[in-house]
Amino acid sequence: MAHFIDRRLNGKNKSAVNRQRFLRRYKSQIKKAVADSISQRSVTDTESRESVTIPKRDIQEPIFHQGKGGDRDRVLPGNDQFSRGDKIKRPEGGGQGSGSGEASNSGEGEDDFSFTISMDEYLNLLFDDLELPNLQQTQNEQITEYETYRAGFKSEGIPTNIDVVRSLKGAQARRIALTAGKKKKLKELEAELQELLNSTTTNKSQDRSLIAQLEQQILQLKQRIAKVPFIDTFDLKYRNFDKRPIPSSRAVMFCLMDVSGSMDQATKDIAKRFYILLYQFLTRSYDNIEVVYIRHHTQAKEVDEQEFFYSQETGGTIVSSALNLMEEIVKERYPPGQWNIYAAQASDGDNWADDSPQCKRILEQSILQYSRYFAYIEITQRSHQTLWHEYEHLNVKFENFAMKNIKYPGDIYPVFREFFQKQTSS
Amino acid sequence: MTDRLHNVENNQPTKRLTDTPLSDGPDWTFSLLEDYQTEIARVAKHYALNTYPNQIEIITSEQMLDAYSSVGMPINYHHWSFGKKFIESSQNYKRGYMGLAYEIVINSDPCISYLMEENTMTMQALVMAHACYGHNSFFKNNYLFKTWTDASSIIDYLMFARNYIQHCEQKYGVEEVEEILDSCHALMNLGVDRYKRPQKISMFEEQKRQKEREEYLQSQVNDLWRTVPSMNVEEQKKKQNVPAEPQENLLYFFEKHAPLLTSWQRELVRIVRKVSQYFYPQKQTQVMNEGWASFWHYTILNHLFDEGLVTERFILEFLQSHTNVVAQPSYNSPYYSGINPYALGFAMFTDIRRMCENPDDEDKEWFPDLVGKNWLDTLHYAMENFKDESFIAQYLSPKMIRKFKLFNLQDHEKNNMLEVTDIHNEQGYKAIRQSLAAQYNLSQIEPNIQVTKVDVNGDRSLSLTYTPHANIPLAKNIDEMLRHVYRLWGFDVKLYIDKGNAGKDLLAQCPEPEVDSP
Repeated sequence: MAHFIDRRLNGKNKSAVNRQRFLRRYKSQIKKAVADSISQRSVTDTESRESVTIPKRDIQEPIFHQGKGGDRDRVLPGNDQFSRGDKIKRPEGGGQGSGSGEASNSGEGEDDFSFTISMDEYLNLLFDDLELPNLQQTQNEQITEYETYRAGFKSEGIPTNIDVVRSLKGAQARRIALTAGKKKKLKELEAELQELLNSTTTNKSQDRSLIAQLEQQILQLKQRIAKVPFIDTFDLKYRNFDKRPIPSSRAVMFCLMDVSGSMDQATKDIAKRFYILLYQFLTRSYDNIEVVYIRHHTQAKEVDEQEFFYSQETGGTIVSSALNLMEEIVKERYPPGQWNIYAAQASDGDNWADDSPQCKRILEQSILQYSRYFAYIEITQRSHQTLWHEYEHLNVKFENFAMKNIKYPGDIYPVFREFFQKQTSS
Repeated sequence: MTDRLHNVENNQPTKRLTDTPLSDGPDWTFSLLEDYQTEIARVAKHYALNTYPNQIEIITSEQMLDAYSSVGMPINYHHWSFGKKFIESSQNYKRGYMGLAYEIVINSDPCISYLMEENTMTMQALVMAHACYGHNSFFKNNYLFKTWTDASSIIDYLMFARNYIQHCEQKYGVEEVEEILDSCHALMNLGVDRYKRPQKISMFEEQKRQKEREEYLQSQVNDLWRTVPSMNVEEQKKKQNVPAEPQENLLYFFEKHAPLLTSWQRELVRIVRKVSQYFYPQKQTQVMNEGWASFWHYTILNHLFDEGLVTERFILEFLQSHTNVVAQPSYNSPYYSGINPYALGFAMFTDIRRMCENPDDEDKEWFPDLVGKNWLDTLHYAMENFKDESFIAQYLSPKMIRKFKLFNLQDHEKNNMLEVTDIHNEQGYKAIRQSLAAQYNLSQIEPNIQVTKVDVNGDRSLSLTYTPHANIPLAKNIDEMLRHVYRLWGFDVKLYIDKGNAGKDLLAQCPEPEVDSP
């Protein structure tokens, strides 16, 4: 006796819970692996799953088992050369293992356990405990976008908004209310009249006058009932619409970068990694994000991603040109009421000395007024120059401004975390 | 099964040249599966294979990976280690390090076996013959399984366990539950009764009894640890050795006597113990179980071929898979990973049949009892009454030793060199057979650790004693292991090694003693 069951359509993710348990248990190790990987991860790779490696000894499930040594006999198959009494040198490193059922696991205790986690899991780990700063405070201030929604009915409005069903319902109710008493009366009178007409009593003349009287009353009633209008202006109901503000789910991220001769490819790579992190972080809060790349030397230019990261320019550095361009682009395309504006500026700190106060002024007076967040990273191992010192004033004054120094690729992720560390107070 | 009589003459497949063999696929359909199943069942019956009803489930490879990670069971409680196993096997599978098993079969009633969607028709037929009739009849008739497992209740029990553990997780927190399970898993191998038949388990009974057991157990424990001295000194002296006999089932001992466990924790210990007990017979019958199943898929499908029911294409594909399954790489091959239980088991069952049917002089000398016997009866008898160790000791013939070119390698610690003590020749047969049988003796390959003393009247410390076999020490992870024991016991734990006449040495203790400051 046998029967077949087709289970192929049953859920295949039976192990999902156990997998999550595993990830939770080794969260700290996995997080460390993720943090390590961010500096090695291919810069263009933002889609693929992340492979995570953690030391196998950390995740072993111990059991009591026999160790090396002692006196053992082992029967092996495939004798091709041995005779009784042959002696063999003991192989280094323990040889055949313990002979227990764990043969496949023995002898490789220091192997690493590696596996892949999905992009979502990766980002969750990457941005664990991080949040967008100032989001709550500013959320309601800059709203200019509204959505219209139905909000019940009203008695005045334009004809296109008449709700027919609702209006007729009201009319009917009114008609019933205004005529019910009369109709009841009418029925009674009609019944009385009928009775009189049918009766074969003697007093004919008295009857006749009574009948005439009744007929008169009935007619009057009927007229009064007919006078109740089928529909009245009073009955008309209009659909009501109202507006409510919606928080914008759109964000634009400005990447500003110095591409003057002093910025080499390594520095740009660091900047790029930082931008990628920022971008991925923003995708967690916003549905669609546009990225604007502005590069500058003495002049600023809006470019595409490829050119932004890979084309080489030479010449001096005027940072304010980029800020001005950003300002223009915002005015033109991204009204701050509808867009959440983020900007990240990367530079090696070089600037035309006279220009630095200018930069400060632009940021202070306009850009920082409407930006959600403006992050400045200085990628340099040298001492800071005027730009840094000017920006330091802003750092004190504005909450939505932050600046950090990155020296080596390994700093990127820690610095990023510092930027967005969950603020417990305020 | 004394009423089984096999008619030897009837055992030869009737040569029947069918003009219309079953389709050989390669794609399978449900109706084709049914057809093959019917034919296989008929042949299995012809060979007196007595089985549980079969429940055959078609699954995808992803589902197979799921099944892998919960030790093959269709349902299991949640634990991170299953997640780890899942990640490991799916990773290996995706990288191509590992092919998936063609089937998984569960010792349950009805007997559940999984067929993978990807398999060809031939493979499905092979798996059905192998799992649904081979393993299934083994589960139902082997004495170890009959004594130690209850096929009808395992699924129900796992259901109970899963629900209970889920309930505990909600009530006491996932982490709390995980800690206890971790420690229990660590001691799983020391959580089986080897000599005492366990009670039957079923979900309904289990749920009914669980509550009362909870209260009862707790009261028992308290009784053992009663602190008011109520007995006189004489009695106290008598009682001093607790437990009276060394206890080998650590988990059972903790379930009953660990002083600090709460009732739900005791229930978790019990669940792990029960699961461990359920798998205990499988560990001891790998060679026999796989050998038996392989023997029957081979015999049944060849029988079908002889009858003309399957095509040549079918049988060739089958033979190729079969040959791969029962291949035995040599000791020096890169593919060598111990003796292949399929190979050894299949060869031995085939050999027993040969000795019954076509014995030669050597067989007459070595196995006079088998010569000329009804091979089917003999095979069934062997399957029913042995485990790997005794099966090899009883039936491994010189022919098999020569076939596998077995040799015994002696590795004694005090010698610098390994020594080949016996090879496949007249002087070596018996020694090799003995040595190979011992290799499957669980009591020699799993460490023997027992509870020897509980200091009832003192600091409540627990003493474990390791009795080494052949001077083999314990692996280095004993400190970690003792922490698990300590978690369950709640008071100091000491592990001693029994050195025979030289007395006992303390190996480790937990918590580790603080360095004395004078």
